[in-house]
Amino acid sequence: MAEVVRVAIRSDADIVMVRQQARVLAKELGFSASDLTLIATALSELARNIVDYAGQGEIILSLINQGGHRGLVIIARDNGPGITDIERAMQDGYSTGKGLGMGLPGTRRLMDEFEISSGMGQGTTVKVTKWAR
Amino acid sequence: MKTPILKQGPYLIASLQDELTDTDLLQLQDTLVEQVGRFRSRGVILDVTMLDVMDSFATRTLRNMVQAVSLRGAEAVIVGIRPEVAFAMVQLGLDLRLSGVQTTLDLEEALVMLDHQGQGWGRHG
Ligand SMILES: Nc1ncnc2c1ncn2[C@@H]1O[C@H](COP(=O)(O)OP(=O)(O)O)[C@@H](O)[C@H]1O
Ligand SMILES: [Mg+2]
Repeated sequence: MAEVVRVAIRSDADIVMVRQQARVLAKELGFSASDLTLIATALSELARNIVDYAGQGEIILSLINQGGHRGLVIIARDNGPGITDIERAMQDGYSTGKGLGMGLPGTRRLMDEFEISSGMGQGTTVKVTKWAR
Repeated sequence: MKTPILKQGPYLIASLQDELTDTDLLQLQDTLVEQVGRFRSRGVILDVTMLDVMDSFATRTLRNMVQAVSLRGAEAVIVGIRPEVAFAMVQLGLDLRLSGVQTTLDLEEALVMLDHQGQGWGRHG
């Protein structure tokens, strides 16, 4: 089975596509229907942020196994303008665009682990993990 | 991908398809607003049974759609949010009902609700 899948994100059609790819991958780990939906929703938010704020970027999906503990890792990264104030961007309802401002804080709640690194002019990388139970 | 819209009496029923893109959703909004005017529809049912993801964009667009439709004088109801999708929406921090959007479990219930509201206005038939 493919352990790592890279998907270029440039348009809203890619958002749908990456969700399908993740579903296939995550199913192999035996995630529940409910977890698959949580993962697809988080992925959708991260991919949309790439399209909306950076124009393009990529998403890397990988299966990991840490001492028999299996999980799905999603890395969303772009070379866009970056986020100046990460703390604010992580607050519910904060948006510099027309969004609901729930994408980043919501994704943190949907997944088990969440890391973000970004800075003005440095692009943005978000890494999230969901463990299979 | 086009969203099939069925005209049933005074109502329009839109069946949102799996794998709907953002562009498709925005297109549906335009089409519905136009058709409500053209057919003088009293109600719009947005059937989301097929949707396996409702992220913040879809939620915002559906909410806007409901508001746009109601500005045109029709009631809108969202039908069939799947249990796991509802769970994900709550985790994400979204609640459609908070923004005054009516939801029902199935089509039948939605039709009953719309019929009932139509009677309340006294402009059915
Ligand atoms: N990949 C990104 N590149 C640059 N800025 C971003 C990126 N992702 C998020 N942001 C910033 O963080 C804010 C919050 O993002 P999010 O929680 O997804 O809410 P929304 O997208 O609805 O605004 C955005 O408004 C934007 O300013
Ligand atoms: Mg967002």
